[in-house]
Amino acid sequence: MKPSPAAAGPARLRDGPLGEPAALAALEAAWRDPPGFMGMLRAIDHKTIARRFIVATLVFFLLGGLLALLMRLQLARPGSALIGPELYNQLFTMHGTTMMFLFAVPVMQAVAMYLVPLMIGARAIAFPRMNAFSYWIFVMGGAFLYLGFAMGAGPNVGWFAYVPLSSADYAPGKGADIWAQMITFTELASMLVAVVLITTIFKMRAPGMHLNQMPLFVWATLVTQFMVLFAMPAVMVASSCLILDRLVGTHFFDPAHGGDVLLWQHLFWFFGHPEVYLIFIPPLGFISSIISTFSRRPIFGYPAMVLSLVATAFLAFGLWVHHMFATNLPEIGKSFFTAASLAIAIPSAIQIFCWIATVWNGRLVLRTPLRFVLAFFVILVLGGLTGIMLGAVPLDLQVHDTYFVVAHLHYVLLGGGVFPLFGAFYYWFPKMTGRMLSERAGQLHFWLFFVGFNVTFFPMHVLGLHGMQRRIWTYPAGLGWDGMNLMATLGAALIAVSVLVFIANVGFSLRRGAMAGADPWGAGTLEWSVPSPPPAHNFDRIPVVHGSDPLWAAAREPVCVSGLAADAREVLVTSALHARPESRPLFPDPTAWPFVSALATTVLFVGSVFSPWAVVWASLPLAIALIGWFWPGRRDRARSMALEQRP
Amino acid sequence: MTTVGQGPPRTLDVRQLPSYRYGPGSLMWWGTIGLMLIEGTVFGLGVMVYLYLQGNADAWPLDAAPPDLRWGTTNTAILLLSLWPNQRAKAAAEREDRAKARFWLLVCLVFAAAFLAVRTLEFTTLNVSWTANAYGSVVWLLLGLHTTHLITDTVDTGVLGALLFSKRFENKRFVDVSENALYWYFVVASWLPIYGVVYLAPLL
Repeated sequence: MKPSPAAAGPARLRDGPLGEPAALAALEAAWRDPPGFMGMLRAIDHKTIARRFIVATLVFFLLGGLLALLMRLQLARPGSALIGPELYNQLFTMHGTTMMFLFAVPVMQAVAMYLVPLMIGARAIAFPRMNAFSYWIFVMGGAFLYLGFAMGAGPNVGWFAYVPLSSADYAPGKGADIWAQMITFTELASMLVAVVLITTIFKMRAPGMHLNQMPLFVWATLVTQFMVLFAMPAVMVASSCLILDRLVGTHFFDPAHGGDVLLWQHLFWFFGHPEVYLIFIPPLGFISSIISTFSRRPIFGYPAMVLSLVATAFLAFGLWVHHMFATNLPEIGKSFFTAASLAIAIPSAIQIFCWIATVWNGRLVLRTPLRFVLAFFVILVLGGLTGIMLGAVPLDLQVHDTYFVVAHLHYVLLGGGVFPLFGAFYYWFPKMTGRMLSERAGQLHFWLFFVGFNVTFFPMHVLGLHGMQRRIWTYPAGLGWDGMNLMATLGAALIAVSVLVFIANVGFSLRRGAMAGADPWGAGTLEWSVPSPPPAHNFDRIPVVHGSDPLWAAAREPVCVSGLAADAREVLVTSALHARPESRPLFPDPTAWPFVSALATTVLFVGSVFSPWAVVWASLPLAIALIGWFWPGRRDRARSMALEQRP
Repeated sequence: MTTVGQGPPRTLDVRQLPSYRYGPGSLMWWGTIGLMLIEGTVFGLGVMVYLYLQGNADAWPLDAAPPDLRWGTTNTAILLLSLWPNQRAKAAAEREDRAKARFWLLVCLVFAAAFLAVRTLEFTTLNVSWTANAYGSVVWLLLGLHTTHLITDTVDTGVLGALLFSKRFENKRFVDVSENALYWYFVVASWLPIYGVVYLAPLL
């Protein structure tokens, strides 16, 4: 390659090994998000966007939890008339929809959005503007759903919206339409984030970080994002067909005109089962990070761990029919899906054994993050056991649509998702904020949550076996269900208290928590090499990586990259497998175009619920916004030209 | 790039690296591939919905004559031919020949305009409305989905063409021209199975 005068010019300030104050100040200034209210709309830093994204998902988590509390209040005693059947239907629909689409899947992506660039030694996330766009789309979609609910148009058709119940005949009003478009919002956001993360992981790793040296959390994220690409389109196709049936008179799910109701279930569960793993696989990465750090050694069996993650992802796409055992599908098909459902226990078990081996050989430090991870083992194993029971067709038919399934899914999703997420929160909170969460409050939170969770959900197994159906708004006295329902409600109250303790802990620690320093846990991965919270440009010097857990290894030369512009958003792009340096493109500046485009998209999606023509007229402002986004500004171009060097 | 001694710690100096690259070296390539995977899955699911409904039906098409082959087949030919100007535009972009890239993008736009015009005729010769039955619904869905891709890629090509004429152009935009052609290949490739399903499956 030929050096060009622009690139070799001596005037340009560049980063380097010595960290001159002028260069560091220039880096910080080049990468900082703009100030003020308008600056807030223009922000594109992955840390800013991810922090907002995490907060938004946690707000939805609280809202979903409040809805659950209302349901438990209603069910606390038999014959209760606190909440009527219509509102109850809306409550469980909103609860499930919120927890699945607005909390569990996006929160995992949001955490990855924060951590992945820091873990792989990158100054930014790929396509930062598209990343910001996804965030806005997500928030606007969630707000749309809750606005509808507040205005009395909440969906009441279950979080899976089975047809014919969700068809125009049985679900009049706008509730189901709003639900379907909320799906379009959130899945669009999710798929774009998946493209962002995949590109970041393949192309923006620090030099030398081969694929097989990435932290396991990065692997878990990569695998999950590929699953998003293949799973999310199914639910988007399904919800689009549903809204077309409801609004413009198509007949996809209408048996009177050649349509089919089971088609909905196939499409929904082809997404819905992998979705469980979208929630479950990122926590496997949290757990590997936490266990490795608190055992003071690298994870045992790294290749087996990676292969198990990949195997789980593949198997997850062959399980969806086990949600449909109570339909009239051929028995031979059901046997196949039983076998596939049981097979997924194998990669899960391999990972559990690797973690046990890591803990076994390590020196265990019992802190709050590790407590949540250890609870994961207990709860997930219980959920896995009931999962194996439900994977068998005869047993499934017996307890289908009972509280046994409610118990199972909460053991799996809270055990596999929320417990490790809380652990991750305690673990990475110091990195994100610079302060430690209180350990004592953390323990209180943990025990209240652990006990409350089991008191709430364990009795539901028994209730299900005693015949209590899901989604009933009340029940008569004298069926033997009263005591256990009351117990479950008391447990829910305990969970609520534990979450209050958590919120208080966060609020207090943000102001008064102990200062964390760069690496409070003595961990080995790159995010702990930078200050807490990290500077706008993440790394003063891009590290050169020579193995996994670089902070636990002796320093080797070359130690870092030098020569990237310090006064512009220049990043290093490396090769996909071996992370060899390839190019140094200039990243875009903050801009309000993603926000404007998200607004235009929202007008299109929301408008389409009220008139199909909105898809036509609202595409005009959207096109204008997207072209405005793409068209280079004069200053951007000048800066870019100054750094341009042809391949 | 080389490792040079600059004082005590040795570093990996990257200042001589190019600021952009083509193909898998560019982030844009990965983004485009990601979108192709998503949209390919959408098309695949659409085709599955069609075959699923067909499998459930006693007779197919449901109460309708099969679509006329004339316009659909014409369009298949136009689409396949459009690969040629796209390939030329891609090659010109990768040679960084702005005038040629401009010219071939304009030819691509002519093809796109022809294609969209014939597409409107296609919709008039499907011989079924989306409201008639599930067969009509899925045929319109498949054709509608593909048309949406055509329109967006046409607008995309138009904006890129305008940028090639504009003073705001810089060489790294040649990468966009190259990836735009790659995406067009995808739109063509995804049409072939849809053509097979919409036009040929009812004849079997």
